[in-house]
Amino acid sequence: MARALPYLLLLPASLFLLVFFFYPFGLVVVESMTRGGEWTTENFTRMTGHWKFSTAFWNTIWLTAIVVPVQLIMALTMASLVQKLKTGRSGLLYIFAIPLGISDLAAGLVWLAIFEQSGFLNSILHAFGIIDRPQLFLGYQSLWVIFLAVVLAEIWRATAIMMVIIVAGMGLIPKEYNEAAEVFGASRWQRFTKVTLPLLRPSLQTALILRILMAFEVFAVVVALGGTTLPVLMGETFQWQFQLQDRGVAAAYAMVILGLSVAFSLVVLRLLHVPKGARI
Amino acid sequence: MAEIVIKGVAKQFGAFTALHSVDLTIHDQEFMVLLGASGCGKTTLLRIIAGLETPSQGEVWIGGRRVDHLPPRARGIAMVFQNYAVFPHLTVFENIAFGLRMAKLPQAEVTRRVTRTAELMHIEQLLKRYSGELSGGQRQRVAVARALAMEPDVILMDEPLSNLDALLRLEMRAELKGVLAASKTTTIYVTHDQVEAMSLADRISVMNGGFIVQADKPTQVYRNPAARFVGSFIGNPPMNFLPAKRGENGRWHVAGKDFDGPDVAAAEFAIRPEDMHPAKAGLEAEVRVVEPLGPHTLVTAQVAGQPFRAVLESDRAISPGEVITLAPIPDRIRWFDPETQEAIA
Repeated sequence: MARALPYLLLLPASLFLLVFFFYPFGLVVVESMTRGGEWTTENFTRMTGHWKFSTAFWNTIWLTAIVVPVQLIMALTMASLVQKLKTGRSGLLYIFAIPLGISDLAAGLVWLAIFEQSGFLNSILHAFGIIDRPQLFLGYQSLWVIFLAVVLAEIWRATAIMMVIIVAGMGLIPKEYNEAAEVFGASRWQRFTKVTLPLLRPSLQTALILRILMAFEVFAVVVALGGTTLPVLMGETFQWQFQLQDRGVAAAYAMVILGLSVAFSLVVLRLLHVPKGARI
Repeated sequence: MAEIVIKGVAKQFGAFTALHSVDLTIHDQEFMVLLGASGCGKTTLLRIIAGLETPSQGEVWIGGRRVDHLPPRARGIAMVFQNYAVFPHLTVFENIAFGLRMAKLPQAEVTRRVTRTAELMHIEQLLKRYSGELSGGQRQRVAVARALAMEPDVILMDEPLSNLDALLRLEMRAELKGVLAASKTTTIYVTHDQVEAMSLADRISVMNGGFIVQADKPTQVYRNPAARFVGSFIGNPPMNFLPAKRGENGRWHVAGKDFDGPDVAAAEFAIRPEDMHPAKAGLEAEVRVVEPLGPHTLVTAQVAGQPFRAVLESDRAISPGEVITLAPIPDRIRWFDPETQEAIA
């Protein structure tokens, strides 16, 4: 009885997940592969046949490929600096964490307020006499500006989550390893690359997987800044489900996002794998 | 050639003074032990020599070169850490090779040195393992091998045996002594364990409250403590101290007996527990506790109201409550100045 107790106590939560997560998930899988009650690949051919698919796919990939590495480097730099602080450490962590408390749509709106035609950026440029009338930054003629604005907003919004995970991970590395490396001839940079980074692998795994999954699901920020001018996978899912009322293709899009997430998670797990005896 | 000279090194941590202007010379190839209780400044001094801590004042010279402004890697030192600091993400081979790789030695030389030191430390069969797969003793061996592989001028050791169990500590102690003597490096070894210090050291620096109280050969430190602290810190059980009163013609009254003593105004009488034997005449000791230790018997008693310990031959039965007379060996009696706590020669 005593041995069964933990399982019993975990049972409700497990059932809840099975019923309300795996069951609907199963439905979406089935939905993506059926049409009018018949098994078919038509949803996928329709999806890939649509002109927006490859744009949305590559936009999502490019956003992830730019945002995540930049965030990783920033988070590592910030975490290393925070780690060295003697006072005011938690205060700084709170400040860095502020954007985490804002929903992604709100974050998008904040950046919209900066970039839109009557926004802060136009006001400032006008006040300094750099432009004589407001510019349209986020129009379809200048896609790259929208892209850049999304990149900025995403970096601003979600770097802190990586940093918090990395700060926690760095705190777990005993100081002696760094000192030993220092005594045995490693420069500051070598200590970072040969000792800190390898010992940080478990935290990097968590941070990267979490962040990459978030990046594949980018939606609200893009909608706020570019509407449908800059299509992304999650936006297309939304479009097919609610504007075009085609649940099958929407489900197929969901499958693509899932596939990407699983594939990249596996890549990260594999790349940052720590052999069993090699943990701290 | 690596003589280490420490000139007026002091260290403050905020308002706390960890080291008060320390002067010390460690000769080439000498095995110097820094001995003291925790918080005495011994680890701080070692870390200053290593370059992991900057002195607030003073100079550190290694091999005729002033190094206190240099980073650790430019000092020609290697170090063994208390918790070994064997990198968990590297194999034993790569751990031992770490410093050699940083120094960009050719692969053949790296392999040669790793193999040689691994054999020396009897860990050649562990080279492919990770530190998580090693016992504490094996990790210790890796840490020592890593230091030896550098073929450094100086090896610094920070309580390297304190995390091992008693039996292993004894084994490693003897092995370290042999290996380090053969390597001909200058060694500075920090410990709070006096037995370790006595058995390993060419010279011991006894530290207390940020000062070096005495730096001398182990037997000297034991036989002729330079200060009351050294006598009370070294020796298990430590030295006995009794108040003394100046009497007629240079004699001193100690617990109702007369002894020859120094020609000073005030002094304190001291004798090691094993430097006494039961006799017809001597200090009267009222026995409190008797602890047979095999070859000897440890007797805890009171002499003139002061706690007093004696280590006696175990052939005689002694029981608590008994009053025994103990005769100190005359040339083993030491005298200390009650004011300065220093030894009176």
